[in-house]
Amino acid sequence: MSGQTLYDKLWQAHLVHTETDGSALIYIDRHLVHEVTSPQAFEGLRLAGRRPWRAGAAVAVPDHNVPTTHRDAGIADPISRLQVETLDENCAEFGIVEFKMNDVRQGIVHVIGPEQGYTLPGMTVVCGDSHTSTHGAFGALAFGIGTSEVEHVLATQCLVSKQSKAMRVLVEGELGAGVTAKDVALAIIGAIGTAGGTGYAIEFAGSAIRGLSMEGRMTLCNMAIEAGARAGMVAVDDKTISYVQGRPAAPKGAQWEQAVAWWQTLVSDDDAVFDHEVTLRAEAIQPQVTWGTSPEMVVAVTGRVPNPANAPDAVKRADWERALVYMGLTADTPISEITIDKVFIGSCTNSRIEDLRAAAAVIQGRKKAANVTLAMVVPGSGLVKQQAEQEGLDKLFIAAGFEWRDPGCSMCLAMNADRLEPGERCAATSNRNFEGRQGQGGRTHLVSPAMAAAAALAGHFVDVRAF
Amino acid sequence: MKPFVHLNGLVVPLDRANVDTDAIIPKQFLKSIKRSGFGPNLFDEWRYLDHGEPGQDNTHRPVNPDFVLNQPQYQGAEVLLARENFGCGSSREHAPWALEDYGIRAIIAPSFADIFYNNCFKNGLLPIVLAADVVAQLFVETAATEGYRLQIDLAAQTVTTPAGAVFEFEVEAHRKHCLLNGLDDIGLTLQHVDAIRQYEAQRKLTAPWLFN
Ligand code: SF4
Repeated sequence: MSGQTLYDKLWQAHLVHTETDGSALIYIDRHLVHEVTSPQAFEGLRLAGRRPWRAGAAVAVPDHNVPTTHRDAGIADPISRLQVETLDENCAEFGIVEFKMNDVRQGIVHVIGPEQGYTLPGMTVVCGDSHTSTHGAFGALAFGIGTSEVEHVLATQCLVSKQSKAMRVLVEGELGAGVTAKDVALAIIGAIGTAGGTGYAIEFAGSAIRGLSMEGRMTLCNMAIEAGARAGMVAVDDKTISYVQGRPAAPKGAQWEQAVAWWQTLVSDDDAVFDHEVTLRAEAIQPQVTWGTSPEMVVAVTGRVPNPANAPDAVKRADWERALVYMGLTADTPISEITIDKVFIGSCTNSRIEDLRAAAAVIQGRKKAANVTLAMVVPGSGLVKQQAEQEGLDKLFIAAGFEWRDPGCSMCLAMNADRLEPGERCAATSNRNFEGRQGQGGRTHLVSPAMAAAAALAGHFVDVRAF
Repeated sequence: MKPFVHLNGLVVPLDRANVDTDAIIPKQFLKSIKRSGFGPNLFDEWRYLDHGEPGQDNTHRPVNPDFVLNQPQYQGAEVLLARENFGCGSSREHAPWALEDYGIRAIIAPSFADIFYNNCFKNGLLPIVLAADVVAQLFVETAATEGYRLQIDLAAQTVTTPAGAVFEFEVEAHRKHCLLNGLDDIGLTLQHVDAIRQYEAQRKLTAPWLFN
């Protein structure tokens, strides 16, 4: 018999019951909750007269609707405010720990889970949010769920699921200077497509992945959902364990020793067999820029906007043509000639301390270009913000003409006041360039934090390696 | 949940790949704390020419006459025909809520994004995967025939065209059972209370830190 994949091990450790058709009841260790996808779930519990099965497994935070300025004044938009207040009330009623809007530990749900040690290796982690895949960076089985499933987990601590197929994406070699986890993620999506991972749980492996920091691995796993995968994960190693050690909710003392002993087994066996395998050479990956309205519409910064005449089939050609119209771009334009109006550095993909450091390092006393009307930095959490301020990064950003904001999802999806106006073009470190994602008619180009900072200074996309 | 057994539904073709849940229901409508009433804002940015906000009276908004859902021959459609990777992106269950509220009961596509696919079943919506060439053929037939309807039989797992062509589709037994009977998952899972308790007791011994 062949060995087990990391995914097999995680799956089996959480099996509660298996049905004859292969669907299974799996146990959920950690349930992260935010204000947008939970109100109807709590309402469902209330209507059925149910209480949470294990309230201690859940942690909540408002992040999507919170303002990134003048937070002391509360939320101006009454509908957003009601949603955040509803979360506060539900958490109080059902006994769930919540980091409220003005708590320094508040932040984007996928940033604070790992930061507080609520995300641990070997766990099943769910959240009513597709980017829950982020937590797979810890050798955890983490995936997004819908609101009915949020209610299901609250009520039963379990989910009905079926084991996905296992895919391994190997990135071998060494990444070049200026090439980051974000570029790796976009290059992978460019290679396999946004549906390439459908039906699979992806394990990212290979020497280039081992070489990534935990922040980098989170960026990569975060984007696994953009490749259509159910989950993304990276095996546990020393970096994983030292990142977790000492976090507020991490185990201590004898429990720590016991936990580490198990965590160290959370790797795919040498003879494990994957249903599908993809290999990329790290050296071949260049800084990436998306040009269209799907993350798979991506090219290297040195490239050009593609020509629909060269599309592989008719459906794709129509997609590319529509994307070019929406994006206001002409086929064959060099990426470096695309000028931008706004810059957004933030989101659960790229708002951790390492991301802010990378962006700040590009600035070096320069100023944002005059045609860039707004460049904003939105740290992923209050603690990331604090850390960055201790390092003086805020001053660097402000001196360069960037705005330094309070933590939240912000212009990643523009549910709060931060948004693009119709036709505005943005270099964003977030994860989705869908039509209207950052505001109706807004045009989003996904890039790494360093590339976003460089674009802010130049006023158009530039190759950060030559900047 | 409304059970799903048979449907003989008018088909509306949405000829785009990678339709994401941001397009199905834009973010501003996610601020609602309710589960219903999303239908008028289904595909809001494609359907209307102005910017929509929650709580607005949608009956007086300028509609986009080119968008397929606005065309008179597709009014009352219950089957949405789409291309690959339908429902990708955000996990928002507001997407199936909006489709269901609008009146869609089944979606046919060559592939669906995983979370969206899951969410459909929780809301009495049936996502049907058919081969890309079959879907392409259905697009052609829908365009060529006014009032094109498809018969869907969940028990038999078949889609039948007006000309009598029958296509089989797959659906997991558990999901089919829940959908046919309109059953809610939570009640079913709670039949396994003992197994869950037993799992927890065992896990507390091997991984006590998970229960701190
Ligand atoms: S930062 Fe963006 S992608 Fe991440 S959870 Fe918030 S809205 Fe979703």
